[in-house]
Order: sequence, then C-alpha cells, then structure tokens
Amino acid sequence: MRPLTEEETRVMFEKIAKYIGENLQLLVDRPDGTYCFRLHNDRVYYVSEKIMKLAANISGDKLVSLGTCFGKFTKTHKFRLHVTALDYLAPYAKVCGAVSNSATGDEVKD
Amino acid sequence: MGRKLDPTKEKRGPGRKARKQKGAETELVRFLPAGAVQTAGKKGPQSLFNAPRGKKRPAPGSDEEEEEEDSEEDGMVNHGDLWGSEDDADTVDDYGADSNSEDEEEGEALLPIERAARKQKAREAAAGIQWSEEETEDEEEEKEVTPESGPPKVEEADGGLQINVDEEPFVLPPAGEMEQDAQAPDLQRVHKRIQDIVGILRDFGAQREEGRSRSEYLNRLKKDLAIYYSYGDFLLGKLMDLFPLSELVEFLEANEVPRPVTLRTNTLKTRRRDLAQALINRGVNLDPLGKWSKTGLVVYDSSVPIGATPEYLAGHYMLQGASSMLPVMALAPQEHERILDMCCAPGGKTSYMAQLMKNTGVILANDANAERLKSVVGNLHRLGVTNTIISHYDGRQFPKVVGGFDRVLLDAPCSGTGVISKDPAVKTNKDEKDILRCAHLQKELLLSAIDSVNATSKTGGYLVYCTCSITVEENEWVVDYALKKRNVRLVPTGLDFGQEGFTRFRERRFHPSLRSTRRFYPHTHNMDGFFIAKFKKFSNSIPQSQTGNSETATPTNVDLPQVIPKSENSSQPAKKAKGAAKTKQQLQKQQHPKKASFQKLNGISKGADSELSTVPSVTKTQASSSFQDSSQPAGKAEGIREPKVTGKLKQRSPKLQSSKKVAFLRQNAPPKGTDTQTPAVLSPSKTQATLKPKDHHQPLGRAKGVEKQQLPEQPFEKAAFQKQNDTPKGPQPPTVSPIRSSRPPPAKRKKSQSRGNSQLLLS
Repeated sequence: MRPLTEEETRVMFEKIAKYIGENLQLLVDRPDGTYCFRLHNDRVYYVSEKIMKLAANISGDKLVSLGTCFGKFTKTHKFRLHVTALDYLAPYAKVCGAVSNSATGDEVKD
Repeated sequence: MGRKLDPTKEKRGPGRKARKQKGAETELVRFLPAGAVQTAGKKGPQSLFNAPRGKKRPAPGSDEEEEEEDSEEDGMVNHGDLWGSEDDADTVDDYGADSNSEDEEEGEALLPIERAARKQKAREAAAGIQWSEEETEDEEEEKEVTPESGPPKVEEADGGLQINVDEEPFVLPPAGEMEQDAQAPDLQRVHKRIQDIVGILRDFGAQREEGRSRSEYLNRLKKDLAIYYSYGDFLLGKLMDLFPLSELVEFLEANEVPRPVTLRTNTLKTRRRDLAQALINRGVNLDPLGKWSKTGLVVYDSSVPIGATPEYLAGHYMLQGASSMLPVMALAPQEHERILDMCCAPGGKTSYMAQLMKNTGVILANDANAERLKSVVGNLHRLGVTNTIISHYDGRQFPKVVGGFDRVLLDAPCSGTGVISKDPAVKTNKDEKDILRCAHLQKELLLSAIDSVNATSKTGGYLVYCTCSITVEENEWVVDYALKKRNVRLVPTGLDFGQEGFTRFRERRFHPSLRSTRRFYPHTHNMDGFFIAKFKKFSNSIPQSQTGNSETATPTNVDLPQVIPKSENSSQPAKKAKGAAKTKQQLQKQQHPKKASFQKLNGISKGADSELSTVPSVTKTQASSSFQDSSQPAGKAEGIREPKVTGKLKQRSPKLQSSKKVAFLRQNAPPKGTDTQTPAVLSPSKTQATLKPKDHHQPLGRAKGVEKQQLPEQPFEKAAFQKQNDTPKGPQPPTVSPIRSSRPPPAKRKKSQSRGNSQLLLS
C-alpha cells in the first residue's frame, strides 16, 4: 500500500474529472474526516485516514482490500474506473445521466 | 396453460390423478386437520408438515378424530372407492415423514400425501388382515386415535396383534435383518419400524419384548435411521447422544427440508419498508422475519430470482440466513469502535456490523481462504461498506499482526452439523477425527481472538464465538476451554430465545455460566443449527501456565501455588505433602483445573527447602503461597508468579512466620484428605497436604481469611496450619466462610474476585 505518485494521481484525476468536474478536493475533504487514495496491487482505494493507519499494520501480501476500490491501473498505466466508485461520484456528477442507474431508478442525476 | 392446469377441462375418472386434478383441497381434507387446508400455502407446507410429524405418537387424538371424521365423510361422498384405502390414522402419522423424506417436495402438499396414502396401502397389504380389521371398525378409527399417553396408535390399537407385528423384526437376529435391508431397503418398512421402536422405547417397561435389551432396540433404531435418512454411523451416534428420541426424528426430518430463504435489509442504503415494497412490486412474496429482527425479511416465494434483482445489485439487501444475524446482534458493535471479524467470508456478518456502526469506526475483516475473500470484497463493495479492511491471514496470527480491538467476532470454521439441510454431504463424511480437528482449530482461534480483544476498552471488551454446528465438542467444550485458559467470562448474549447451552453432557462437566450461551436448532426455531457464546474479557494479562502445572484461569491462583512449593522446601514435608497431594489431586481432579495447578505445586514443593516454616505451602497452595512468601526470607516463591504472591506473602509474613514454620513442619508429614477447617487437630503434614489441594481450589480470599483467623487462636502449628489452609489472607479474616468442603466449581470464577479482594486486603 502506498500513496499515489504524481503521475498516477494525474491520470486518475483526469478520468474522474470527466464525471465530476475539477473538484477532486470534494472527495478528499469530507465532513467525517480526511480521505485519501492509496494504491495497492495496481488498484486505487479510497479510504479514510484513520482506517488507512490501521491498514498500515497489515503486510502487503496479506492485505486484500481497504475502504472502497475506485478503480485500477491497467498494465499500460491507464486508469479504469470501477462501478464501486459510483456512490462517491454520484453526488458531484456534472454530466446528465452519466451516472444514473436507471434500473433501480434511484440514482438519477441531473 | 397446460391441459393439466386448465380449470375448464373436466377431470374424469376414479383414479388418483383425477382426484388430484380435482384440486388440492379434496386431497388435503382427507389428511389434514380440519381448517388446516385453508392455511396451507407458502408458509403452510413446512409448518403443517412439521406439526403432525412431531406429534406422531402423542398426536392429539382430537385432531385425528376430526380428520377422520371429515375425511370419512368426504371420502364417502367423493371417493367412495377409496374407503378401503383410507387408513387415516396411520396416514396422518406418516405422510409428513414419508413425503418429506422420500419425496423432498415440500411445495406440493398433495403429492406427499398421496404417496403416503399409497404407502399406507402397501403397508396394509403387507400387514395383512389386521389393518383392514381396524379400518372397518370405523369411524372407530377414532378409537385408535385416542391419545392415551401418546403410545403409538399402532402399538396401542391392537394390543396383542400390534406387538406381534412389532416384535417380528426384533425376533430376527440383527445380522439377518441387516442383510435384508442391504439387499433391498424397503423404506416404508424401515420407516414404520422406526416409529415402532420409538414408540416402544418411550414406554419401554410396558412394551418391550421379553429378553430383548434396550440397547438392542437402540441399535436397531440407529441402523434404521441411518438407512432411512442416509446418515453415517458416527454422526447419527452423536445426534442420538444429543437429542431425545422424539426430537431426534424431528431433527432428522428438518434436515431434509431447506430452511426458508431470508434476507437482511441494508440500512446504509434503504429501509426495510421501502425494500419490502419494492420487492413486492417485483413479485416477491415476503414477510418480516420476526419481532427479534428489525432488518430481516423472509421470502416465501418469488417470481424473480431473488439474488439478481436490481435492488440486490444496488446493494439494498443481502441474502443471509436468519441464524447468521444472531451473532452480530449479540455482539452489538457500537459506532467508532474497532472490530475484528476473524472468519468473515462471505461477508454477511461483516456487512451487518458495518451497517450497525453506520460506516464509522473500523472493521478488520479477515479470512484464511483466498477464494472466499473475493466474495467478501464483492459483497462489501456492493453493500456500500466503507469502513472495512480486508485481510488474508490465518486467524491464529492475530494479535501478533494487530491487536487491541474493542470487539471481536469469531465465526469459527466447524463441521457444519447444523446446516445439513444446506449440505447433505455432511451426513456421511464427518467422523471422529474431523470433529476433533475442528475443535482443536476452534480452540486455537478462540484463544487468539481473546488475545486480540482489548479488555480495557471503554466501550467494548467483548467477543462473540459462534459456530454453525450443534456438537458439544465444538461448542461448549471449546468455550469451557477458553474460560479456563484466559481471563474471560461469559455474559448473556442478549438473545431471549434459543435453547441454553449445556452445562454438562455425558461425562463432561462445564462451567455453569455456559447457561448463558445459546443453541438453535432447525427443528425448533426453523433456522440453521447454531451456537452463540458471548465473552467479556476482564483483564489483558494472560494467565501463565506454571511449570508443570496446567494452565489456570487466574494468575493469582497460579502465583500462590508456585510460591508455596518453593517456600516449603523441607524435604520431608515435601515428600509427605506430595503423598498427600496425590490423594488430594485425585479428589481435586473432579474440580477445576486450577486445582491441577495446585497439585503441581505440591510436586514442586518437594524441592522446597526446609525453611518452609510457613505452613501454607503444605496445606493450601493459595494460602500457603502467601504465607510462605511472607514468612520466608528468600523468595523461593518469588520465582513463580512473583508480583502478586510476593506482595501477599510479605504482608502476611509477620504474623505467620513463626507459627507457620512450626505448623508447616508438622503438618507436612501426614497428608490429610479432607477437611481443612480443622487442621489443627490433625497431624500437621497430613493436614497440610490435604489442605493444600483444597485450598488451592478455593478462592484466594477465602483461604486467606480462614488462615488468618485461626492463627490468632492457636499460636502453634495447628493454628498456623489452619489459617494457612483456610485463608491465605493474613491479618483480616476475609468474609469468606471457612467452609472448605464445599468447593463449588463457581469458586473458579470467584478466584478472580477473591484475588482482587485478597490483594486489597493484603495491601
């Protein structure tokens, strides 16, 4: 588990910005604590800081997942966003219908 | 619609199919208690089946009478030709069992009943005239039904005739019978024999066949049950130990039928009411689970796959067994706590905990199986759980990896004897070493879990141990082991239903607080077999095992005994004490393991030096240790469990030293087996020896108090001896009454308390 490098952060941010615009800061500073992104086994996890501190005790090969997985970096270092990030991007989504879940009808965004 | 289901097409013919097609009602009426037909439905089948099944023998005669009357009338009216085949009394008896066990179709009430009736016919044919005689007598079938103390109708009805029928199989040698069955197991006959034997065993004195022992009947029953329900011998033996016979049959029947599908609302994303509404709109038939659950729903049937609805994919609910919700309710995780879930796959309990904590705090979800961890990751992401870390450790590696949790949930891997309905392979592939291996692993996991709890946590300090198994080896035994090995105690689970755990089972005796654990069975609670125990850890220290001693729960006990041996040292007393100790040990064996440690101390005391002066070493481990330390200058005792012991001893020393020494020397010689309370009279050695083991067991406080009391009375050995024996406490006679002879097992728990007390007194 390690923090993202500059390059990785940039790539990821570009992807996310397509959905929520430019305010990545909204994701980092939340009312219930500071969250951060961590990389583990090519996957990016979005996790609050105090959880991350506890997870630091776990050795890397035994750690499977922490917090929420936002997406992963492919072998060619592109960032692929996963559906598990939906819950976090939805409140800030800028594009109409881009993050709506029509099936359940409960996450329609304008 | 198919032809068969087309209501407009008239069904013709006298046969069963025609009758069946006329409708379930007509068939059901003949077999079920009046009024049950209307309620037969989604909820109905199982409960209906269960009810009559369970009440086969003592079947309320009234029910059957009603049935028979109804069926008679209906039979007469609708199916006159079936009159001869109606053997309602027996059919009612069997239809549940036969149909469920042999058909495994619980949805369609008719078919099982039909088959039961057919079987009954076959039986009649086999049995011959007797049946027809009974039938023709009525309406007088009601006579058979009369519930006279519930003897099986079969037995009761014909007295001599029935007994003859029953006896036939038993007259044949078992070997011969087995061959017959192996070649062509006639399930109907086997089933009937099962019922007969259960009936006979219920009223063994009156109904037994002369010359046949109870064990022969039991063996026959065991074989029949194994054949009928496809169980292995070992597991069936375990079940026969666990349940009385009538419950055993119910349990076996319940295992043939799956439990109802239940789900748990994910309150992080929705409310139960909304979810229920949404699912009903999709065509799912469901109900709230019960008073005890605010988030559970039970699904009767569904026109859509319940594991693939959009609500499911959006993470609004989780498919979870009802019994799996219980341990989390017992654990009651609070917000902002740090929780460890040691065996979390597939993540149902973990997600329940997260939703109770409202995604605050941290949960460390661990599992040793990498494949199943993928399901945990998937489930937690789906349900929107964000406060979880998922790791892949062997549970036994905690707390080395990370410890200090507020609460821990351990859903230990088990033999799965409680979920046979989900996995019928368990019936045959479990045997002695599987159970023992599981138990061993569970013990290790439980100790690791206990060590991972932080006893000083402000809001927690709790651990819940649960298994989906019903064997005593994996449940009560493991819990009892943990109680002995660690500073934990059992607390009420907070679940007000469920059967209490056993405090004794066959030759084993467990701690009485095991009554607060809970057992759940498929046949009584209609949920998977489960066992739940909730611990509270009251101290972070781990009781050390003394050299050669078995581990005891409280350090104080351990300390004292160790001290004693060292201090005593006098070779002679030591030897004698040993002898005495041995006898005492035998006495003590029946008591708690703490005593064992005491015994070991005696052994150690051998080497003790002659300085022993302090009598305590001889007599009571606890008492003596304290005394000895105080009395003896050197810290012989100090070697063992120092801190507490030395402290105590020193305090006592002033008073006891002189007297103790004398007393000790004398007392060491003869071992006394009994009563610590009047040691003075006895030869010193004896008393010492005997007292020691006894004292060891008794709470420290008690021992101390007594000893001290006696001390002033008798300045000499006897006094010292007595005092030492009675109460390790020095100056102040503790409130403990000097009743040594009663060494109740609860004393074990009191030790911790007394330890506290004694420490207070001493200091």
